[in-house]
Amino acid sequence: MNISVNGENRTIEANSNLAQLLEALDLQGKRIAVEVNRDIVPRSEYGSFVLSDNDQVEIVNAIGGG
Amino acid sequence: MATPAESLSLENDQPLVIAGQSYNSRLLVGTGKYKDNEETRLAIEASGAEIITVAIRRTNIGQNPDEPNLLDVIPVDKYTLLPNTAGCYTAEDAIRTCRLARELLDGHKLVKLEVLGDEKTLFPDVTATMEAAEILVKDGFDVMVYTNDDPLIAKRLEDIGCAAVMPLAAPIGSGLGIRNPYNILTIVENANVPILVDAGVGTASDAAIAMELGCDGILMNTAIAAAQNPVLMASAMKKATEAGREAFLAGRMPRKRFASASSPIDGLFF
Repeated sequence: MNISVNGENRTIEANSNLAQLLEALDLQGKRIAVEVNRDIVPRSEYGSFVLSDNDQVEIVNAIGGG
Repeated sequence: MATPAESLSLENDQPLVIAGQSYNSRLLVGTGKYKDNEETRLAIEASGAEIITVAIRRTNIGQNPDEPNLLDVIPVDKYTLLPNTAGCYTAEDAIRTCRLARELLDGHKLVKLEVLGDEKTLFPDVTATMEAAEILVKDGFDVMVYTNDDPLIAKRLEDIGCAAVMPLAAPIGSGLGIRNPYNILTIVENANVPILVDAGVGTASDAAIAMELGCDGILMNTAIAAAQNPVLMASAMKKATEAGREAFLAGRMPRKRFASASSPIDGLFF
């Protein structure tokens, strides 16, 4: 199935959960926050959050800023 | 908020209190525009700041997975992080950014709200800022709000429940210094929450002027990061902030139009 991650299209296996996506992106354990379809998914729910076709995933972190 | 106290030195000064937390440093610094993470780390250390701002952005996916993240380089336990909403032009985007920051930083409530209105000046969209502030305060955030140097709006943002009001000295990143000292003074005199000058400071004397006006603190980024030697400028800003605060507490002499001799007239021998 196809999802969007930070504006880029990606194909992932059907019924993948968020934890699996983050692992594939090498982001597990990193200081990030995640939104799916504009709703925040708490860190504790990554493993149980099953992604759906056309989901819009945003992954953010903190960078330098004023 | 601040009034000259009977302090003899900064050791007797009241701490800066924001949302119930006390801070000894009245200089807050940003972490943007530095050459690299190491220069950022050294500059914020030299500034003596206890509160540092960060921006929330998309994580770099794929290209540079091992690129060091700012929060892995800076000793985050030493600082209070102040996530900002820089780059937001709507209340909705600013609120969304604050909520992501709260999730990212494990329930962290202190945020710097800025809703911009114009790309050329980066002046705040004041109505959108007020709209966002109301929602964020109701949602439990401690909001430090960037705004114009308008005393009426500053008061309204205080009434909404913002934890601190932060009028600009001049446009963000301009280094033009305090363009409207009398407005800043009026904002300070009217306030019951901390007032911090945010944006527009260019060099150490600007920081001293802000503090001499009675501001509770200063937030700056470019004035340090864009200096030829950022770490030295960070040190200068620390001293200027302290010097300005001491001068404010000391209470300056009245201005006079004509001279007043410093040496006595009595005892002249000619």
